[in-house]
Amino acid sequence: MHTVVNLWPLLGVAVIIAGFALRAHPVLVVVVACFVTGIAAAMPIEQLLATLGAAFVKTRNLPLILLLPIAAIGLLERHGLKEHAQASIARIRSATTGRLLIVYLAIREISAAFGLTSIGGHPNMVRPLIAPMAEGAAETRYPNVPMEMRHRIRAMSAATDNVGLFFGEDIFVAFGAIVLMQTILHGEGLDVDPLHMALWGIPTAICAFIIHSWRLYRLDAQIARSVK
Amino acid sequence: MILTLDYFYYILGAMLLMIAWMALRDPHNPKRYSSALFWALYAVIYLAGEQLPAVAAGVLMVVMALIAGFGGVTLGRYGERSPEERRDSAQRLGHKLLIPALLIPLTTVIGSTLFKDVQWNGLFLLDPKNLTLVSLGCGSLFAVATACWLTRSTPLQAMRESRRLVDHLGWAVVLPHMLAVLGLLFTEAGMGKAVAHVVTSYINMDIRLVAVAVYCIGMALFTVIMGNGFAAFPVIAGGVGIPVLVGVYHANPAVMAAIGMFSAYCGTLMTPMAANFNIVPAALLELPDKNAVVKIQVPTALPLLLANIALLYFLMNL
Repeated sequence: MHTVVNLWPLLGVAVIIAGFALRAHPVLVVVVACFVTGIAAAMPIEQLLATLGAAFVKTRNLPLILLLPIAAIGLLERHGLKEHAQASIARIRSATTGRLLIVYLAIREISAAFGLTSIGGHPNMVRPLIAPMAEGAAETRYPNVPMEMRHRIRAMSAATDNVGLFFGEDIFVAFGAIVLMQTILHGEGLDVDPLHMALWGIPTAICAFIIHSWRLYRLDAQIARSVK
Repeated sequence: MILTLDYFYYILGAMLLMIAWMALRDPHNPKRYSSALFWALYAVIYLAGEQLPAVAAGVLMVVMALIAGFGGVTLGRYGERSPEERRDSAQRLGHKLLIPALLIPLTTVIGSTLFKDVQWNGLFLLDPKNLTLVSLGCGSLFAVATACWLTRSTPLQAMRESRRLVDHLGWAVVLPHMLAVLGLLFTEAGMGKAVAHVVTSYINMDIRLVAVAVYCIGMALFTVIMGNGFAAFPVIAGGVGIPVLVGVYHANPAVMAAIGMFSAYCGTLMTPMAANFNIVPAALLELPDKNAVVKIQVPTALPLLLANIALLYFLMNL
């Protein structure tokens, strides 16, 4: 089997890697990579612009999930939603940052596994509630948590949402990824039961929970150390 | 269909146009003209949508990228309340503040499960192809209405708050969108074949463990490049998974597929290309380092990738 494979489009990947390594502006890097890839694939400039434009219009559903909830969230923030979340967590004595995030990880992963992926999310859960609560829990125990550690707690809150979502949703039978895998395998002549694919995801989902929970458990000790 | 996604495109377009107008009228924004132009151009994508000629949309995208890339999108002034004022109102409103916030996920879940097949005069109530997004849109509208009512604010104030949040996100709003475009272009340019060719021609896969490792790491690496596991799966499963793991080592295809996709997700955790999950939250949480979320996820993703290799190695022939 000797088909000629055009390796030039790999230049687009090189641009991305170089761009991020040189800390160039991400948006510029992406556009330059678009042009390099298009030219490497021997597309005329007009066709390239049309391809980009058609793709830009086609994928405009992507920012909806981020932008639609922000009017409500912004208004609630103005009236103290973050402050309320922090005050509520301060009242629970046993709450630490790590424990709180472990509970959130469990809720997020289990609900995603039942197909309820819209519980959670960065604009409507992490920013207004989870991150302020995680930060508030640290603040209640230690009066002056350094800024660096606060940023670390916030980043960990976002990471927890991602880990819970990714490794939960894929064990839900009707999830898009399962359908995609089934379609692709079917195209290659392999018929696989979606339920089996979902079930074989469970060992990894458990590993993800254990590994990330261990890191969250250690976060509490890191916070304690950072205050000294 | 009674409620289609198009309505929410128009709503978002109108919102972006308002944001552009407010930016233009804000003398505290050092670059108000370019900021306003940026948001107005983005509004055009939502308002004109498919009626816009493809070349025009392409030019528009490039202009937006140039404005954002050369620092033309800046912050203004938003009349924010002091922390004391916010604490007072938090005490006054208490748990009621949570109602609108929780209304968004609640409506989305109910809409996408219970209202799935609801019809009215033979038409679907919610667009069945975009069920989740339409439900999320409805939830967001309910939430704004409830939030306005609870806090005795006007919809105009809600718009001002949207502008505050959107401006703080800045170019991070359009980065995932532009990366999705790049992903489609990569596919069209034959990136998958090129990568599969490089992987399969330079690595010797006669050892079972090496083949398993190449498959899992290949998934993760290709996802790091493309920013999306769905783009990596067909390439690596077609290039290594099916011919080598199933063909040579008789792996169970269900195990191969499930653990392969999870290996791709390990890649998603480690790449700024998955901007929606990794860069946008850093902007949303006002972190100075835009890669802070990626950096904190690597120590979870790498051990998990190793776990995947081990799991696939031991489970694939069960």
